[in-house]
Amino acid sequence: MKIVLENLTKKYPNRNRKIREDVVAVDHFNFEIPDGQLVSLLGPSGCGKSTALNMICGLEKPTGGKIYFGDDDVTLLPPEKRGVGMVFQSYALYPHLTVRKNIMFPLENLKGSRKLSREEMNRKVEEAARLVQIDDLMDRRPNEMSGGQQQRVAIARALVKMPKVLLLDEPLSNLDARLRIQTREEIRRIQKKTGITTVFVTHDQEEAMSISDRMVVMKSGVLQQIGKPQDIYDSPDNLFVARFLGNPPINVFEGRIRDKVLFIGEDPVADHIEAADQKVYAGIRPEGFVLDENGPLVCRLKSLEVLGRDTSIVSAHDQMAGTQIRSIISAERAVDTTGRTVSFTVKPNKLFLFNHETEKRIPAEGMQAVRKG
Amino acid sequence: MDKKSWKGWLYLLPALIFLGVFMLYPMADVLVYSFEEGFNSASQSYSGTGLYNFSYVLHDPYFLQALKNTFILVIITVPVSTGMALLISALLCSIRKLREFFQTVFFLPYVTNTLAVGLVFMILFKKTPYSDGFVNRILHFFGGNTVDFIEGPYWAKMLVMCLYTIWIVMPFKILILTSAMASVNPDYYKAARVDGTSSLRIFWRITIPMISPMISYLVITGFIGAFKAYSDEVAIFGTNLNAAGMNTLVGYIYDMLYGDSGGYPSYASAAALILFAIVFTITVMNLMVRKKTNYLSEG
Amino acid sequence: MSKIKNERPTHQKSSAVSQGAGYDAAGRKAAGRGRLKKVIAGIGLSIWALIVLFPFYWMILTSVKSYGSYNSEYIPKLFTSSPTFENYISAFTQVPLARYFLNTVIFTVVTTALMLTVVVLAAFAFARLNFYGRDLMFTLFLALMMIPNELVIITNFVTITNWKMRNTYAGLILPSVLSVFYIYLLKENFEQVPDELYKAAKVDGTSDMKYLLKVLLPICRPTVITITILKVIECWNSYVWPRLITDDQNYFLVSNGIQEIRENGFGRENIPAMMAAVVVISVPLIILFLIFHRKIMAGVSRGGIKG
Repeated sequence: MKIVLENLTKKYPNRNRKIREDVVAVDHFNFEIPDGQLVSLLGPSGCGKSTALNMICGLEKPTGGKIYFGDDDVTLLPPEKRGVGMVFQSYALYPHLTVRKNIMFPLENLKGSRKLSREEMNRKVEEAARLVQIDDLMDRRPNEMSGGQQQRVAIARALVKMPKVLLLDEPLSNLDARLRIQTREEIRRIQKKTGITTVFVTHDQEEAMSISDRMVVMKSGVLQQIGKPQDIYDSPDNLFVARFLGNPPINVFEGRIRDKVLFIGEDPVADHIEAADQKVYAGIRPEGFVLDENGPLVCRLKSLEVLGRDTSIVSAHDQMAGTQIRSIISAERAVDTTGRTVSFTVKPNKLFLFNHETEKRIPAEGMQAVRKG
Repeated sequence: MDKKSWKGWLYLLPALIFLGVFMLYPMADVLVYSFEEGFNSASQSYSGTGLYNFSYVLHDPYFLQALKNTFILVIITVPVSTGMALLISALLCSIRKLREFFQTVFFLPYVTNTLAVGLVFMILFKKTPYSDGFVNRILHFFGGNTVDFIEGPYWAKMLVMCLYTIWIVMPFKILILTSAMASVNPDYYKAARVDGTSSLRIFWRITIPMISPMISYLVITGFIGAFKAYSDEVAIFGTNLNAAGMNTLVGYIYDMLYGDSGGYPSYASAAALILFAIVFTITVMNLMVRKKTNYLSEG
Repeated sequence: MSKIKNERPTHQKSSAVSQGAGYDAAGRKAAGRGRLKKVIAGIGLSIWALIVLFPFYWMILTSVKSYGSYNSEYIPKLFTSSPTFENYISAFTQVPLARYFLNTVIFTVVTTALMLTVVVLAAFAFARLNFYGRDLMFTLFLALMMIPNELVIITNFVTITNWKMRNTYAGLILPSVLSVFYIYLLKENFEQVPDELYKAAKVDGTSDMKYLLKVLLPICRPTVITITILKVIECWNSYVWPRLITDDQNYFLVSNGIQEIRENGFGRENIPAMMAAVVVISVPLIILFLIFHRKIMAGVSRGGIKG
């Protein structure tokens, strides 16, 4: 089932009554989620991603715009008529019901021609439980299970009706780190197996990158960028997206384009830039640094962290917009720690330029790294 | 109004009907009654409006007797029962074995019919030509004079009254105080013990201040409860409380409304408003007390 | 500050003793003191337990003494060698005790059931439904919690009389149904149930009523049980309103019945029979209490602390 959002908008009256202006939680969203894909809504807390999800679900009514499931306009339909399943951050399992009863609950609400016989219900419950591998816990109550198990039950409950759309609201944030990775693989497996169009809300970029077919990056109600995780990472549309994706985060420098050359401080770092002279932010991914004695970017060495597979160099530079530079170098390269400074050249495909005012990306296709000498 | 609003009001409707008919309307009505002079129940007519009803009630010797009885009851039973409940709760908290057994036993009076047990008290204290009664036998054993506590002198009747009231109100107080004491963070006690503080000192310096919001809450609800005393008195002295000289404010209201003095709703309303003024003052005090910080986690 | 300083020397002294050669002796002494304290506490508590239990013992004892033997005891005996059940027979035959009993059961069950319906619906509306004027209404409800029953009972008496409902079950029950405090208690509890459960139920296509019955009430069962028990106790012991509104013995509740028995029943002096009636009336609640004592006490303390 394809999902189409058309100018979707949600405004709330301001909590502070003195301010008349409404708070815009979701601002004119336009995008399409292709059938059978898993799409993440990614953004910091308060960016409107949960509101968007609630509107897709039908728990909240939009103040403007339309939502289509396939060709049907579902904007005004209540959740139960949309054929959606939802998994909540706190799982929202009914504490007084056993696992079996919890999963069966949505089926018992079906009315009229869709009503199921007891046997059918039991069969569907078993099926859903097997899918998430909890079929041996059916008679437990939620408080007798671990967080991961509760999460599986919540997913089974959302899936038992065979919804056309599955919605997941921060489903992993209550789990510990190891379980989180395990469960997200599990969600991916289940989604692939069932082929249900899935919308996944998270604030964790790593989670979103690892699980999604596509990502929707949001900030304060405004859509920033849509695309495949790798595409967004490799080609962020603006400084916010560049900063939000990637761990360790991107290193941002104050820079200037002069005669098609990027200067950081007084050092030319890259040239062949087809853009007008201007002040810019230059973002360099940690893996975009190459140790090079003749590199133009000379930084004060602060510390070295050996991580096994690679080495992380922490250094500083006067034009750095943050506090410190973190660069990741393959561990095979020996780093001279005796010196006070390290010098880098920059991989052009890991270097992004952003307009200093608008923070929008400045296209620089043929950019090349500069070496001294 | 949209559909959602209708739904909310629909769920509220039964409560609103009961509230309107049996609380809001009567409140307005009681005000009207209290100012209607010379109201006649039979003809539903009255001769004028004014403060005469209040003046009548305040000069009625029965009312003054009831007021006096109620005040004595309040002043004796509230401090005594609270103090005893504190002591018993502290003792309860100091033992582990049999604690639940004692707690259960102490709570028993709460679930008994006060009219029924009052009758037992009456028998225990009564002196008849055939028997001195149990309490008098004990007094006699210790060399005291026997006295009829039920139909004898005023102080004796008052004593029984207070004893029975205390017996009735203790369970609630013990329960609240024990659970308050149990919810004091044990780290305080540990800290005090590490400093070598004696148990008595711990009780006065830590336990009491910690549970003081609960104590003041109990004192104030105790006041309100004692001001509304009535059925305990009936249980011991019978329905004709005026004759026994043991009437209370609430008893006076009911007697005025329906009973031996028969059918004066205006006087009853005036007396009820006076009672309400007293209770209301205490309730407002209660609210002010509850605004204070509460040390207990349950709050 | 000075008090803390005063405390120090004693502390050091006692620790010095316990560290010294007499460690075992001191320990034993401390343990002995602890045991002594426990014994004193036990004695104190036992005395109060005796005071609490004695009236119950006395009523059971008296109820099994025969009329003749009771009246011949100038000095009441603390036990009886020849218990008899004839008083219980006369309690049920000479006065309409069974009738009082039945009336009270009907009154208690119907009032409690109606109260639960009204209270649950109202609490749900306040806790979960959004409607125009909700906050204002709730404030009004809270304000009404301060109104003592004595204030409104006068008009209610007139109302019920005008409706020709004196000496009817309806007249007994209707004004006793509403308890604003329980609405408040239940609303608070409903609000503690996470929002997400409501949303989940909505996604599953659950109606508000079904959510209330199938999810909210089972989750809040402890509170529902609490208010049920409190109401049952209140109904079983209710005296004032029934006394006002009934003068036909066929509609007396147990409390009024016991008063009637005392004043006009067996003849004023048949105290054993009276006590038999008292026992019969007290037993149902005591049995209920002995079965559910943990729940009842937890409920009363919760209701009391929040109230």
